[in-house]
Amino acid sequence: MDAIKDHPHAEERPKGASRSTHSGLAVAMIVQIVMFYIFAAVAVASGVMVIAARNPVHSVLFLILAFFNSAGLFILLGAEFLAMILVIVYVGAVAVLFLFVVMMLDIDFAQLRSGFMRYLPVGALIGIILFAELISFALLHWVIAPGVTGVEAAPLPKGGIGITNTRALGDVLYTRYIFAFQASGVILLIAMIGAIVLTLRRRPDSRRQSISEQLARTRAETIEIVKVPLGGGIAARGGD
Amino acid sequence: MAPGLPHYLTVAAILFTLGIFGIFLNRKNVIIIMMSIELMLLAVNINFVAFSVLLNDMAGQVFAMFVLTVAAAEAAIGLAILVVYFRNRGTIQVEDIRMMRG
Amino acid sequence: MALLIVLLPLLASFIAGFFGRAIGDRGAQLVTCGGMCISAVLAIVLFPQILAHEDPQVVTMFQWIVSGGVDVEWSLRLDTLSGVMLLVVSIVSAMVHIYSIGYMHGDPGIPRFMAYLSLFTFFMLALVTANNFVQMFFGWEGVGLCSYLLIGYWYDRASANAASIKAFIVNRIGDFGFALGIFATFVIFGSLDFDTVFGKAPSAVGTTISFLGWQVPSLTLACILLFIGAMGKSAQLGLHTWLPDAMEGPTPVSALIHAATMVTAGVFMVARLSPMFEYAPGALAVVGVIGGTTAFFAGTIGMAQNDIKRVIAYSTCSQLGYMFFGAGVSAYGAAIFHLFTHAFFKALLFLCAGSVIHAMSAEQDMRRMGGLWKKIPYTYALMWIGSLSLAGIPFFSGYFSKDSILESAWLAGTPVGKYSFTLGVFTAFLTAFYSWRLLIMTFHGESRADHETQHHIHESPWVMLAPLFVLAAGAIFAGFLFEGWFVGPERSEFWKHSILVLPQHQTLGSGRELPVLIAFLPLIAGVVGIALAYVCYMFRPDIPERVSTQFRALYLFLLNKWYFDELYDRLFVRTAFSLGDGLWKTGDGAIIDGLGPDGIAAATRELAREASRLQTGYVYHYAFAMLIGVVALVTWYLVPR
Repeated sequence: MDAIKDHPHAEERPKGASRSTHSGLAVAMIVQIVMFYIFAAVAVASGVMVIAARNPVHSVLFLILAFFNSAGLFILLGAEFLAMILVIVYVGAVAVLFLFVVMMLDIDFAQLRSGFMRYLPVGALIGIILFAELISFALLHWVIAPGVTGVEAAPLPKGGIGITNTRALGDVLYTRYIFAFQASGVILLIAMIGAIVLTLRRRPDSRRQSISEQLARTRAETIEIVKVPLGGGIAARGGD
Repeated sequence: MAPGLPHYLTVAAILFTLGIFGIFLNRKNVIIIMMSIELMLLAVNINFVAFSVLLNDMAGQVFAMFVLTVAAAEAAIGLAILVVYFRNRGTIQVEDIRMMRG
Repeated sequence: MALLIVLLPLLASFIAGFFGRAIGDRGAQLVTCGGMCISAVLAIVLFPQILAHEDPQVVTMFQWIVSGGVDVEWSLRLDTLSGVMLLVVSIVSAMVHIYSIGYMHGDPGIPRFMAYLSLFTFFMLALVTANNFVQMFFGWEGVGLCSYLLIGYWYDRASANAASIKAFIVNRIGDFGFALGIFATFVIFGSLDFDTVFGKAPSAVGTTISFLGWQVPSLTLACILLFIGAMGKSAQLGLHTWLPDAMEGPTPVSALIHAATMVTAGVFMVARLSPMFEYAPGALAVVGVIGGTTAFFAGTIGMAQNDIKRVIAYSTCSQLGYMFFGAGVSAYGAAIFHLFTHAFFKALLFLCAGSVIHAMSAEQDMRRMGGLWKKIPYTYALMWIGSLSLAGIPFFSGYFSKDSILESAWLAGTPVGKYSFTLGVFTAFLTAFYSWRLLIMTFHGESRADHETQHHIHESPWVMLAPLFVLAAGAIFAGFLFEGWFVGPERSEFWKHSILVLPQHQTLGSGRELPVLIAFLPLIAGVVGIALAYVCYMFRPDIPERVSTQFRALYLFLLNKWYFDELYDRLFVRTAFSLGDGLWKTGDGAIIDGLGPDGIAAATRELAREASRLQTGYVYHYAFAMLIGVVALVTWYLVPR
C-alpha cells in the first residue's frame, strides 16, 4: 500500500537526481518516514495534553500544536493546500477564538474531580474497543470491498502529473461540488450571524436609531392639531 | 517501514479516541468538550485525506475542506452559546450544567 | 275471543303505563279496570264454550322460533284446565283492580301501579293458555318480573327493594331448574309442543338420560327439574324464603300475586304436565313429600308471627303445600279445585287485611290492634267468611276442596300419601288455630293501638268493599257449586283430556272405602284449632305468654321461620358475596386490571420514570451514550465478518 509512490510529486522530486537517483530517493524516503513519526508522535502527545492539562490555556495551546502537526501530516500526504488551509483556518481562527473565550471567561485552574475515576474503567473499555475497531482495518490487512470504490461516481483522477493540490481541488470543487460549496458558504454566513445575535449586548443607556420604528410611525402618534388662541402659546398644553 | 495507509489511519484513530475520552472524562469545563470535538474532526480529516490519496479520488480532500468549514462554523456558534451561558450562569463547570435534566 | 281475554290486559297496561301522565290517575284506573272486567266477563262467557268441546282447542297466532329441531309458535291452548285458570285469574284480578282504586288512593304513582297489575295479568294469562313449554316459560318469567316490579313498587323503601330482589333471585333459582327441565324435555322428546310431548310421554318410560355423569331415568329427571321451577314460583320448602318478605308490596299485590295467581302457577304447571308426571312416579313422590312438608312447616311458623300479612302469607304457603301434595297423589283435579277455592278466600283474606291496615293507618302489627269488630263490621264479617273457608268448615268452599285433597291422600295408600295425610290433618289444626288467633287479636279485646290511630279507624269505602263481597260469594259458594265438576262424579267429563290420571293412580271415586273417622278427621282438627285459639286468646290470654316463655327456644325457632333465612344467608348469601368480593377485588381488580389497564399504565409510568433517569442533563453523558451506541453498531456489523 505504498500510495506514496504513486504521488505525482514523487516522480518530480528528484529533478536533479539523475546522478544519485537511488540514493536520493532513499534519503527522501527516510526523511518522509522520520518526519511522519515525529509529526504523528507529537500530534498524539499534544492530543493527550489537550485533555489532561490543568490550565485551560495550556489545553488550547496544545490543541494548536496538534493542528500544526496534522498539517505536517497532510503535507506528507501530498495535500499541501489542505495543510495550509488547516493552519490558517483552524489555528488562525478557531484556536485563537478558543483562546479568546478561555481568557475572557477567566476560568480557574481545575482540580481533578473525583468523578473522573468513576468513568475511567467503562470509558477506557469503550475507547479501547473503538480504537481496535478503527484500526482493525489496518491491522488485519483487510481489503476494501471491491464494490466500495465504485460507490459514488467513478473515482476521479487526481489529475495528471504536475497539477498542484490547489489546482486539483479547484478542478473538482467548483464543478462537481459547487452546490456543497455554496451551502458551506451559507453555513458560514449563518454561523456568523448566529454568533453575533447570541452574544450581542446592548448598552442600556446608549441611544441608537431604530429605522424600522421610524418607518412604522403613524400620523396619529406624530401630529396633533391644536387650536391656539390668539396671543397665547402652547406651553400650557405641555408642548414645547 | 514506510508510512502507508494503516499508519495514517492509526494516528487518526488515536486522535479520535482521545477526542472521545476528552468528552466524557473531563470534569473541568465545557471548553474541553469543544476542543475534543475539534480533535475528533481533525482525526476524521486525516482519514479523509489518507483515503483520498489511496483511492486517487479528490472527493476525500474536497470533503475534508467542507469538514473544515463546518467545524469552524460550529466552533463559532458553540463558543457564542458558551459565552452567553457563562454570562447567565457564571460558571462553565461541567457538573453545574444540568438544567435540562429529565 | 280468547285472544281478547289475553291481550286486553296487555293493551290496558300499555296505555296506562305509557300514557299515564296524559290520562291521569282516573283515566289509568278506568282503562285497566275496564279492560280487566271485560276480560273477566269474556272468560265467563268463554268457559261453557270450552266445556262444550271435546278436545282442547288451539288458537294459533304466529310462528315464533324455527331453529333446528325447535319449532315454537305463539298459540293459545283452550281446554278445561286453562279455562278454569282463565276464570280464576281474570275474576280475581278484576276484583283486585277495583279494590286498588280505593286502597291506593293518594299514592303518587297510580298509573304505574295499575299498569303493572294489568301487565302481570297478561303474563299470567299467557302462562295458563300456553300450548308449549317456551310460551309457558315466557309467562313464567313475565309474572316473576311483574312480581319484582310490584313488590318493589314503593321503591324508596330499602326493605321493599331488598324484598323484591330476594323474590326475583329465589324465583330465578327455581326458573333455572325449570329451564333445565325444558332442556331435558327437548332432549328426550325432541319437541317443545305440549301435544307432541304428551303423546310421546308413555314411550319415554324406562329410558335414561345422562346427567352430570350419571344415567338417570329421563322422565323423572325432567319432571323433578320442572318441579324445582314450581317450587320457586310457589314458595315451597327450600325456595320459600321470598314469600313472607314479598309482603312489602301493597296489599292488593299480595292478594293478587301471592295468594291467588302467581304462586299457584306452580300447581297449574304440575297439573298441566300431568301426562308427563303420571309416568314419573318418582317425581310425583317428591312433589308429594315436599308439598306435605311445606304445608306443615308453614303452618307452624304462621302460629308465631305478629304481622297480619305475614300470617296470611304463611297460610298461603301452607295451602300451596296442600295443593302440591294433592298433585303428588295424582289428585290433580282436587289440587286445582283447591286452587280455585283458595284463590277466592285467600284473596278475600288479604284484601280484608288490607282493609284493616287501611283502617289502622298503615299499622300491620297485630299486637297493636284489637277491638275493631264494632268499628269495621263489614270487614270483620268478611274476614270471618274467609277464615271459615280457610279452616275447612262445612258448606264453605274450603271444606270441599281441602277434604277432597286429604281424602285422596289417604286413599292413595302409598307411604307418601300417608305421610301427606298426617301432616295435612295436623296442619288443618294449625291453620284453624292461627286463623282465629289472627281474628281474635285483630278484632277482639281492648284496643292496643295508640290514641291517634284509634281516632282514625273507619270502614273502607264501597269501592274497596264491593270486590270483597264478590270474593266472599266465591268463598262461600264456589266449593258447593263446583265440587261435582272438579272432583265429583262429573269430573271426567269436566276435565276430559286436560289432565291425565292413570288408572292405577286413581284415588277419588276409586271405590276404595274411606273410614268414617278419616273422613271427619280434618273437620275435627279444624274445630279443635278454633277452640284452642279462643281459649288462648279470648279467655285466657296469659297462656300464650307462659307458653312462649317456657318453650322459649321453640317459640324463637318458629318466630324466626325455622332460621331458614339465617341458614341461607350463611350458606349462600355470604358465600356469593365473598365470591363476588374476591372476584371483584382480586380477580378483576388485582389480576385483570392489574395486568391490563392499571398494570400497563403503572408499568408505563415506571418505565418512563426509569427511562427519564437517562436524561441527566450532562452533555457528556449524552455523548457517552452516543458513543456506546456507535461502538455497539460498529461491533454488530464488524464482528460477524
